[in-house]
Amino acid sequence: MADWFSHLHPAIQALIRVLLLVVPILALVPGLIWWERRLLSWMQDRIGPNRVATITWSKTSKFVPPFLRGKKTSIFGLLQPIADGVKLFFKEDITPSAVDKVIYFIAPGIALFPAFALGATLPWGPYPSLTPISNANVGVLYMLAISSLGVYGVVLAGYSGNNKYSLMGGLRASAQLISYELAMSMSLACIVLATGSLRMTDMVHEQEKPLWGLAPFLQNWYVFTPFGFVAMVVFLICMVAETNRAPFDLPEAENELIAGYHTEYSSMKFAVFFMGEYAAMFIFSGVLATVFLGGWNALPINWDWVAQHSTIPVFSGLADIMGKLNYWLAPLWFMGKITFMISVYIWLRATLPRLRYDQLMSLGWKSLLPLATVNFIVVGAWILVSRIVAENASNQMMGAIAGVGLWVVAGVFVYSIWRVLNKMSGEPVLESRSVTLVDPSKEGVAAS
Amino acid sequence: MEQECPLGSEWATEGIRIFEKRLCRDRIRQSYLEIIRFEFGRIREEIMPKRVETVVLHDSSTPVLGDVQKGGSVVLTTVDTLLSQARANALWPLTFGLACCAIEMMATVASRFDLARFGSEAFRATPRQADVMIIAGRLSKKMAPVLRQIYDQMPEPKWVISMGACASSGGVYNNYAIVQGADQVVPVDVYVPGCPPSPDALIYAVLKLQEKIKKNKAGTWKELRLVEGLTGPRTQEEVKA
Repeated sequence: MADWFSHLHPAIQALIRVLLLVVPILALVPGLIWWERRLLSWMQDRIGPNRVATITWSKTSKFVPPFLRGKKTSIFGLLQPIADGVKLFFKEDITPSAVDKVIYFIAPGIALFPAFALGATLPWGPYPSLTPISNANVGVLYMLAISSLGVYGVVLAGYSGNNKYSLMGGLRASAQLISYELAMSMSLACIVLATGSLRMTDMVHEQEKPLWGLAPFLQNWYVFTPFGFVAMVVFLICMVAETNRAPFDLPEAENELIAGYHTEYSSMKFAVFFMGEYAAMFIFSGVLATVFLGGWNALPINWDWVAQHSTIPVFSGLADIMGKLNYWLAPLWFMGKITFMISVYIWLRATLPRLRYDQLMSLGWKSLLPLATVNFIVVGAWILVSRIVAENASNQMMGAIAGVGLWVVAGVFVYSIWRVLNKMSGEPVLESRSVTLVDPSKEGVAAS
Repeated sequence: MEQECPLGSEWATEGIRIFEKRLCRDRIRQSYLEIIRFEFGRIREEIMPKRVETVVLHDSSTPVLGDVQKGGSVVLTTVDTLLSQARANALWPLTFGLACCAIEMMATVASRFDLARFGSEAFRATPRQADVMIIAGRLSKKMAPVLRQIYDQMPEPKWVISMGACASSGGVYNNYAIVQGADQVVPVDVYVPGCPPSPDALIYAVLKLQEKIKKNKAGTWKELRLVEGLTGPRTQEEVKA
């Protein structure tokens, strides 16, 4: 991007890249908490925090413009997370006497570290010198590996607390994370297969190609392809489960486990857990946006192509401007997608009740994992057929017909598999547990 | 209503104590107090610092940044003002409902009344993360040690709202099973009258508590209540917990 940047010492370059990722996340986590509380309030027909950060202007000061004197200005309770943070920071930090002190102390750090480390291969703009921190050729694999590390913080926190609820929460979290890790890997493997690369930036560039190989003015975001859509749904569900958010927040289910693995944590240590959870939400949303939603591109339109091929000069000029905006404001579009995904998180939390534990397990193992596996086969077929069509198609019309046909076939295939799976896993669990009334006065009646 | 006590102030035998309890209400309260003293191993005055405020009707001010200064808002301020502002605006209550008042407490956070406006909707299930305990309902004798333990498990600084007539004074339950006022067990900051108090009343109590916290200008390090050691020795229960 900039020539002077590449002349800097590599270590300084790396440091700048790290800071450009970590500082915005740290700065945006409070905003995210505010957004969650406000959006949740609106969804529940409430108002939400709006009292903090109300500025009462001085009546007498000459520094205040006359029309403001004595008035109050509300800025939507934006400082609510700051108040929470300051309060948590200055609260008494209790270390219960029976905890395993070393593990108790380092567990929040272990929980926070993967949340930030996840972002190391996440590109937030088309600027190769600034982002991602490391454009590793195993980007997705790295992401999966690090997200598995996240379970350690939770399990160690649960173990060290010397509290049965903590331990139960930790165990639940480990089982849940391991179960959903598989389906998540499979759904990402589909995209890796379609892209032919594990590199995150390659995935974004692949999505900038013509839609289904047919429409060069549109971008081939994976969410628009049948396999990509299914993979995205699977990934979305797994993502919610990985970050322990509702409706998969069993590790910290309040009505069963008090607060799960962080029951014994107070003050700043709890805040670190809190921050880790939100940072993980943030990064996972970014991964979803990168892999399925076209990364940093604002709209699924190839502005460059439109600018070159448009016959109307106004159009091409406009497309040129849009292309420049798309390039220079890329972090903004990326943030927009992340915000949208986080709103989906909050939407899910406001809508869905918490799952039972067996429902959680059967959803992960019996529905999502088979679906992702079948989807993997569909991707293989899609690639095979589209290559044959691309090589043998005499004209674009043929290609279009074949493309649409492929869409339909893939859709029907996935739908039928989904139906079969539903029949397999949809057996009502409660009905199989029959209850037989036993008359104690009669002997020899065995309980079922 | 002064009744004559059949015995003097010295301790009697167990049987006579039971007899005494039946006869004299004041004496009963005294002996309950003795039991509580015995259970917690501390004298009442030591475990219950005098920071009690009753609800007095006067026009409430909205909790805003800079309310403490009279002239208006100056965001750059002393550390303790910032602290008390932050603490007042982030009062996370404990999920702890004892009886029917808890229903009103739930209504307070629901959409019609919306305690979230004041930043207090984040009910924490674990006492380690809570700031204010709302004693919502009558406190039975059996529950008193539990309540005290949960109170002890909360980290400083912590506050208590006694919600409703039963929690404040025993209410209609003037009998052997109910503690006649939760302030016999934990120090209460705000009492809310009513049976049950309406959600507005609870919100008003939270606002009063916020006012009280905002007024709290720490003069000494001890009053900042930052460090455990500076707040004096802890009770046996806290050490055990």
